[in-house]
Amino acid sequence: MFKPWSTLLAFVLVAVSAWAADDRNPLAGDPKAAKAGEYEFRINCALCHGLGARGGGRGPDLTRAQKKHATTDADLFQVISNGIPGTAMPANGTNGQGVGMTDEEIWQIVTYIRSQEVRAPVNASGNAEHGRILFYGDANCSFCHMVEGKGGRFGPDLTGVGGSRAREAIIDSVRNPSRRLAWGLTEATKEFPQEYESVTVVTADGKKISGVTLNEDSFTVQVMDRGEHIYLLDKNQLRSFTKSRESAMPKYDTDVLSDSDLDDIVAFLVRVGVK
Amino acid sequence: MSADFSSPSSSRTRCEYSGAFGCCSALSAAKKLYLKRNVIAALKRCATQILCTLAPPLLLLSGAHAQVTFDRLVNSAKEPQNWMTYSGDYSGKRFSALDQINLTNARTLTAKWVYQTAATGKLETTPLVVDGILYATAQDDRAFALDARTGRPIWMYQRQVPSDIRPCCGHVNRGLAILGDKVFLGTLDAHVVALDAKTGNVIWDIVAADYRTGYSFTVAPLAVKNLIVIGVSGGEYGVRGFIDAYDAATGARKWRFYTVPGPGEPGNNTWEGDSWKVGGAPAWNTGTYDPVTNQIFWPTGNPAPSNRGEGRAGDNLYSNSLLALDADAGKLNWYFQFTKHDEHDWDATQVPILIDTPGESGGKHLIAQANRNGFFYLLDRTTGKLISSTAYGKQTWSDTKDAEGRPIANQNASPTLAGHTVCPGALGATNFMAPTYDPQTNLFYLTARDQCDIFSTAPQPYEAGHAFYGSAYFPSEEAEPYLGFLKAIDPLTGEVKQKFQHASPTWSGVLSTAGGLIFSGDAEGNFIAFDALSLKPLWHFQMGGAVYAAPIAFAVDGKEYVAIAAGSAVYAFGLP
Repeated sequence: MFKPWSTLLAFVLVAVSAWAADDRNPLAGDPKAAKAGEYEFRINCALCHGLGARGGGRGPDLTRAQKKHATTDADLFQVISNGIPGTAMPANGTNGQGVGMTDEEIWQIVTYIRSQEVRAPVNASGNAEHGRILFYGDANCSFCHMVEGKGGRFGPDLTGVGGSRAREAIIDSVRNPSRRLAWGLTEATKEFPQEYESVTVVTADGKKISGVTLNEDSFTVQVMDRGEHIYLLDKNQLRSFTKSRESAMPKYDTDVLSDSDLDDIVAFLVRVGVK
Repeated sequence: MSADFSSPSSSRTRCEYSGAFGCCSALSAAKKLYLKRNVIAALKRCATQILCTLAPPLLLLSGAHAQVTFDRLVNSAKEPQNWMTYSGDYSGKRFSALDQINLTNARTLTAKWVYQTAATGKLETTPLVVDGILYATAQDDRAFALDARTGRPIWMYQRQVPSDIRPCCGHVNRGLAILGDKVFLGTLDAHVVALDAKTGNVIWDIVAADYRTGYSFTVAPLAVKNLIVIGVSGGEYGVRGFIDAYDAATGARKWRFYTVPGPGEPGNNTWEGDSWKVGGAPAWNTGTYDPVTNQIFWPTGNPAPSNRGEGRAGDNLYSNSLLALDADAGKLNWYFQFTKHDEHDWDATQVPILIDTPGESGGKHLIAQANRNGFFYLLDRTTGKLISSTAYGKQTWSDTKDAEGRPIANQNASPTLAGHTVCPGALGATNFMAPTYDPQTNLFYLTARDQCDIFSTAPQPYEAGHAFYGSAYFPSEEAEPYLGFLKAIDPLTGEVKQKFQHASPTWSGVLSTAGGLIFSGDAEGNFIAFDALSLKPLWHFQMGGAVYAAPIAFAVDGKEYVAIAAGSAVYAFGLP
């Protein structure tokens, strides 16, 4: 039976929500939209995801065809709109820094990301299984780092790192660990998180503790040493307190870890991280 | 006189108090019954305001005044127990003459009350306190009045903010103005609202601009004579900035000063082509006022697009300027532009503080601003002439000064497509964090940040209501972490006399008191009392949320309190 009113109503509804309600990207494949999206991306996303969407020390490489939190364009739209709970990815307009984007602008960004995707699988260059054996074995990574509940606690847990960091950023962290320290604990309302800074303190009774800061404010510091003991310290009770930008992570040169072995470890981390 | 909360009102929805902002009894009842239609009906009834009045425990305030007159605001020094304007007085000093809390007893400070706003996001409010009642705001245009001794609410107002507002930097608000028996709120949807100070009832509500084109208010208005002066936000959307004055009684607009001159007006030729139409120059932080000359000193923000100078060749007046306006007519007496043709989003919206020095023929009448561009400026406030400009933090953008002594940008300071590192970064060497001037130490205290950013251009067409930055910025590749400080500057020389380094940069404002103390907060949630001379911390309290607000001091029943907002709450501290 023909229902003119309901048809009209449906038409009106579609017209008003042309951008938001779409399951598919209304701008898909439009090169002009991709260009507009590139600028929107620079302004809103590149702080963490890097210029060219290739990721960085804070956010994942979005040129990977396989993404952890989104498969379809609609997924990407939702992730950009609503953020990803439990991660540093904020909902549109809520990071307190930039302005929120319109639905059209979000679709432009989705279009741009798609235009930057590299279809080749990223872990093709490494042997993930060999990487796993190295990670838990000869490369000694798991002495300090945990992956999927197994390993040490002195360094950052690396379970998600393959999905949340660019491949280049992971390699750089292994070859030049002090160049940029890992982003550590984050506080919801604090824009710049504490880092894994190295610290050496001497307590009032003369005990020397070396480790990494878990958290710190002007009056207190929480330190973990290599034995994974956590010390909760008042700064004004310490004999000395010295911080260093020299990472506690040893520098892995090519004579310690070959490029090919490092590729395998990265492949392992990516395999776990994008799950 | 007494504060009277008992007078009934027939013209509004009266809601029974039942907790923070979830307070309409009809709504609560409907929710309990799961009756959707009733919920909607109740929501509609309470839509324009959610108003709560406590069943009156009726605190009688001995010596309290019912009306906040202009005369009281001019003579605020006579009533140090009150905090009646954003900066505590018209001069912008954010100094409290109270000294009950002082160097000898600050170590014993203790939390007196906490008021949870139930809001999420950044709390940037500076409370007002008048005769025992504290008035403040929270995100999404909440406003509330509390018993300043206990933190217990008297009334609450929450605007039904449209869902399509897109204010730049969070749904924030920095506070109210009070005049007569009303408090005044600038809203995220670019309205100005007058609320009854006793009930929170809406007295008038006027539209200042169309929020859909990017206008909003986040600023605490300033009450001057019978006017409510307010500056607009929206520099990220290519608005044409303005400062408005409204009749406090009726809401009628008395004057508007466009911070970007139109065709035929002086300064319009500092804009290329039609770029003035979308020139920005918002006015989103509260200015100061000199009752002697009846001048308002209001600072302005970035030209738009904020980080791309192409297409708007010229100085771009009156962006990043200090404006001296006649309070009655809004006419420009003088201006001083801090950063010409800005390409780094260095709004000059920091509070300009009036400082008078003793001396012959009445001494000097000065005005000082620690600018986001990293320089401290001292001006003659009679003429607007620059006296000195001195870097107070890390800056790489200017190595030379012009004939007037104003720092000018280096050739290579402009953002590039590939990106170019400049200090200070986009957040500035300081920002909206309120500074203080302590007349006892003669020092200007501010929250400062050392941070450099990579500035990169990103050409963007203007589209009404859309972001219009023309740029992007990233943390610089330097391995150095960002540094945050509380700094004390001698305003006459620009010299940094003392500093305290925070664990990380903070967004907290600063308060000075006659007790020899400086108060400020940090990003880790501490509220800290410092010795004003040594800047050594004497006391701190962990509030559990980062600070984006500025502290105040007040007294009730002869007891001094210090208050600040952090996380989602307002805190008050006092002696045991």
